[in-house]
Amino acid sequence: MEQVKCECGHVNPHGTVLCEACGKVLDEQEEKKSQLLDMRYEGSARRSQTYNKTIVDKIWNFFSSVKVGVWLIVLTLIASILGTILPQEMYINLPPEVYYEQEYGWFGKMYYQLGFHDLYGSWWYLLLIAMIGVSLVICSLDRVIPLYKALKAQRVTRNEGFLKRQRVFGTTSNFSDHDLKLVKEHLKAKRYQIREENGDLLAEKGRFSRWGPYVNHIGLIIFLFGGMLRFIPGMYVNEDLWVREGETALVPETGEQFYLKNNQFILQTYDKNKDKTFEEAIERAGQVVKNYQSNVELYQKKSESLPGEEPKLEKVKEYKVRVNHPLTFDGYSIFQSSYRSELNSMTFSLTNKQTNQSVGDLTISLVNPKSHYDLGNGYSVEIIEYFPDFEFDKNKEPSTKSRVPNNPAFVFRMISPEKPEGETSFVAIKQTIEPFGENTYKMSFKGIETKNVSGFTVRKDSSLWAIILGGIIFMIGVVQGAYWNHRRIWIQRKNGQVWIAAHTNKNWYGLKQEIEACIENTELNIPVDQLQAEKEEQEGA
Amino acid sequence: MKKRRLVIRTIILLILGAAVVYSLYSNFAMDNKQKVAVNDTAPDFVLTDMQGNKHRLSDYRGQGVFLNFWGTWCPPCKKEMPYINNEYNQFKDQGVQVLSVDIQESELAVNKFIDRYELDFPVMIDSEKEVMTAYDVDQLPATFLIDKNGKVVKYYTGELTENMVRKFMEKIKP
Repeated sequence: MEQVKCECGHVNPHGTVLCEACGKVLDEQEEKKSQLLDMRYEGSARRSQTYNKTIVDKIWNFFSSVKVGVWLIVLTLIASILGTILPQEMYINLPPEVYYEQEYGWFGKMYYQLGFHDLYGSWWYLLLIAMIGVSLVICSLDRVIPLYKALKAQRVTRNEGFLKRQRVFGTTSNFSDHDLKLVKEHLKAKRYQIREENGDLLAEKGRFSRWGPYVNHIGLIIFLFGGMLRFIPGMYVNEDLWVREGETALVPETGEQFYLKNNQFILQTYDKNKDKTFEEAIERAGQVVKNYQSNVELYQKKSESLPGEEPKLEKVKEYKVRVNHPLTFDGYSIFQSSYRSELNSMTFSLTNKQTNQSVGDLTISLVNPKSHYDLGNGYSVEIIEYFPDFEFDKNKEPSTKSRVPNNPAFVFRMISPEKPEGETSFVAIKQTIEPFGENTYKMSFKGIETKNVSGFTVRKDSSLWAIILGGIIFMIGVVQGAYWNHRRIWIQRKNGQVWIAAHTNKNWYGLKQEIEACIENTELNIPVDQLQAEKEEQEGA
Repeated sequence: MKKRRLVIRTIILLILGAAVVYSLYSNFAMDNKQKVAVNDTAPDFVLTDMQGNKHRLSDYRGQGVFLNFWGTWCPPCKKEMPYINNEYNQFKDQGVQVLSVDIQESELAVNKFIDRYELDFPVMIDSEKEVMTAYDVDQLPATFLIDKNGKVVKYYTGELTENMVRKFMEKIKP
């Protein structure tokens, strides 16, 4: 594509509206338009709007459009809102195909069928976010490069048309060189960078504020990149881990390297008598928890072992895991997140039903019960069946719902000198069945012991640095663009007059104030805000 | 000039496209992750059965292994156990071994179960869920068919019929 040579001699890329060097209007349509110039992107040739040849250019131009970018953001916002109407899949404890219809009727069913139950993990939501990312990169590249080139190529002496059509503009016929010198000094004192050419002057400051939005976009892109990092295996771990007191468990997602032993779970509450300050609050709220704590030991595997083989473990450290005080190692953090109480053992007494005399007690572990219990003197008990989580199944047969001892039930054979063959008894919580007629002995329930199970969250996030860096750069960009203004003041000699024109990317009031201050005590006329003048004229008419 | 522009744009679009595709792919792959896929070498393990005999998977090279994960609380497991037992007795002399792995239950519960269903094949308890983790088993029952070279031929979750058990064993017969 040809380039455009301006009458000032500068060669501009095709599509340029205002000559990069002198500011002459090159685009005929712009020439015919209203009085004031559109100074966006310095009238530089935004590439997207210029070339539209190949498929690559077409894709590029699509993403380069701010309109497309805004639409992508709006669509993502609407989708994000939709995801908050009903709870997401990860926060419900029923199968999603059941939950949504049961809780919310036809609306819930539709919600599930449309795939909104896992909205933030759906491919189309991720695609929207990804497209915003692509749009950010291309939009920025397409604007920042031409803008940079135009600002770099600008000359001091500007085209008359360019100056006339600036928003702030004014002329003075009677002036002295002394005035110009004074203004220059004032501008210097206001920290303007001053360039001079053939008696013309350009004062400029805060150009770096123009890069604010692009710095901001770089931050956003790094932020999105951080989000993408989470998809790399091993970069992001967020798993639950339940460990019973006294037991050791493999820490998930650590490459089968680390084991956690839970020595004790501690639950402390505020004591009304000890913590006098809180007496009233405790009375009102009942029990108030002071501390959730698990005393744990971390072990690392010493040598390679096969699954199922007893691993050789070496103690790494001991720690008291409390809320907000996680155990940290090797990039992982183990947080105290929950607890529950599980039945651990039950104690029975073998009792003669008639005399109510006990012949001995036995304690049965519910996690790993023995099958025989010898009570001496010819008395013993045998477990024939054990159902840790008892229920009658569809065929009305006793069975277990899970392996967790939530509702233990036993079939015992009780052997006594009177009944050496044994008597059979089915015992569940608050329930005894004697299937083969009246027994002489019974297993009377004596007590129950529970054990705590600590719930931990295992977390690792190796993408945080990118998120933090992205966030910091984002803020730098915001500050850069928001707290500084790019101001330019042209003071040029044209046709024996002095022309003053000025431009800023924002805060016109501040610019005008500054100009007024700079031309104080001189013969120079204060330039007019043409936009405001126009408005006043219209209102007046 | 025009060419350079095209090249630069193409490269940038390709990089961005690759990042997008990678993110979507890994998100999708994470949802359907399967540690042990067909044609992979089955992860080796050592477990002790209820008689106290150690079974190491790699010791069964040269034989087909029918690896079954189960629990006494799971109704379909109860249903398929007798079928597996029948077919085991048919195939054990033809080089097919059954390894039955219970997930983290008490010895008592497992022993009683074996007695009730009169199981002849070796049953072992994965007390630390390590083998289950290595095979990434989620739902029970789960069956892996491993051929004589130690390669996974098939992975199946759900209840088996006697016919299926027979076909499966036929498949891994050396």
